[in-house]
Amino acid sequence: MSVLVYIEHAEGQVKKTSLEAVSYAYALAQKTGEGEVVAVALGAIDSSELAKVGSAGAAKVFHAGDDRLTAGVIQAHASAVAQAFEKVGAKTLILAKSSLGDAVAARLSIKLGAGLVSNVVELPDTKEGYAVKRSIYTGKAFAITELTTEKKILAVKKNAVDMKTDGGPATVESLELTIPEADFASKITHTERSTGDVLLPEADIVVSGGRGMKGPENWGMIEDLAKTLGAATGCSKPVSDIGWRPHHEHVGQTGIKVAPSLYIAIGISGAIQHLAGVNSSKCIVVINKDPEAPFFKAADYGIVGDAFEVVPKLNEALKAEL
Amino acid sequence: MKILVCITHVPDTTSKIQFTADNTKFDTTGVQFIIGPYDDYALARAVELRDQTGGKLTVLNVGEAETEPTLRKALAIGADEAIRINATPKDSYFVAQQIAHVAKEGGYDLILMGRESIDFNGGMVHGMVGELLGMPSFSPVMKLDLEGTTVKMAREIEGGKEMLEAQLPLIAGCQEPIAEWKIPNMRGIMSARTKPLSVVEAVSEETQAETKKYELPPVKGAVKLVDKDQVSELVKLLKNEAKVL
Repeated sequence: MSVLVYIEHAEGQVKKTSLEAVSYAYALAQKTGEGEVVAVALGAIDSSELAKVGSAGAAKVFHAGDDRLTAGVIQAHASAVAQAFEKVGAKTLILAKSSLGDAVAARLSIKLGAGLVSNVVELPDTKEGYAVKRSIYTGKAFAITELTTEKKILAVKKNAVDMKTDGGPATVESLELTIPEADFASKITHTERSTGDVLLPEADIVVSGGRGMKGPENWGMIEDLAKTLGAATGCSKPVSDIGWRPHHEHVGQTGIKVAPSLYIAIGISGAIQHLAGVNSSKCIVVINKDPEAPFFKAADYGIVGDAFEVVPKLNEALKAEL
Repeated sequence: MKILVCITHVPDTTSKIQFTADNTKFDTTGVQFIIGPYDDYALARAVELRDQTGGKLTVLNVGEAETEPTLRKALAIGADEAIRINATPKDSYFVAQQIAHVAKEGGYDLILMGRESIDFNGGMVHGMVGELLGMPSFSPVMKLDLEGTTVKMAREIEGGKEMLEAQLPLIAGCQEPIAEWKIPNMRGIMSARTKPLSVVEAVSEETQAETKKYELPPVKGAVKLVDKDQVSELVKLLKNEAKVL
């Protein structure tokens, strides 16, 4: 018996969130005695890169190298993971909550007859039954949800467990699958991804700007600060609505929900809809010239001052310290 | 062209989230319910597509009688008819089965809903319905255009988007900027009163999960303010106190 983990990769590398999912599966298997952790990877990626998944606790990686699976074709990925699940004889599937992961997991839930819980924030309580804690109301509350099916799928939120990094290399075995042709009927014609930058949903530090930045031409100081910190850049909804920044940087209730260790908000007043996207952050710093900005109530640290004055100074101070 | 839009009836985004009955029930005191914001995007796009292609736009909700004003609002925004499945939504699987049944009976070409509800944030129902019906499902979809029976979409991925082409029928979980939210006008509000709203019973009671208890996050302590001329102090705090650098 094993716990199966569906891992994603982009630009030739296993995603960090998938390594967190493997770490979660490892901790789960330790807790429930479900045997070893087996990962499944789909599409073209080097075996040497897949072997690194061992550091997070996977003993083995099944690799279906079919080129047609390199892009995230939802139906085909669901069929592929379902076959891997049966082959491994797993009862539990773990995956990182993501754009592709969510879409694939929902179909798998029906294919496998497996109960699915998303936004999982810690290991399940298995003393009696199988109670899973998950984030709800966009981070404003938690639900304790009992899964009543024998097979289970958990889509894990960032920071649900500490990342394991001390495992040995995993063995990589190729996996032959028969995926129905119909699963490839939908075509991904083109992918646009900002390369080289830290991806916002996965970032450990996020620097966001709001309307207080006064215009897109002033984003240089946000980008400089992000660069110093190795952070991703985000923005508030009004900023993406007026087109100062692209939509995929919008943090909030109807945008990206982030869960970094450090969130720095610059010139953002802190409307409740914005807070909903950042309330899973470990530490929040707010820089705003208005001492009455509601964001200060949700912050750990704050500076009342003009962003145009404070941010360059902060950047210099960080450069000196880091 | 038959379009089905599934909407949720959820607390307004500014609601204070609280629980009662020993943290086993959501406290609806003083809470205003709305069409889920993501569902509102799906509905707005569906109205545009219906106007573009002709045909019929049906809006559906799984809920008790108290959700009818939310369905009426969807009718006022532009849906032609509404269906309420008379049941408390128990879990995503329960809801997906009800939608799949109505969708099968109705023979819809396009099924739209929000990428997720803003109460439970599961984001699973579209994919489940897709698998139950053997239809392709896509989420989160930020652009959706029709060219005959070909659907051209943009789906948001981490740090970007992918462009897709698929054939009807299909299911999409939607998000901004697929369309601008539509505010019902007076004519819409008046006509919504007489548009058909049918009530049907649940077809299955089967579930996969049961939520037993709720918790609120720990209360945040007061903010520690640093003087704007002492920014290096903030760096020290982040490094030594918060330990996040």
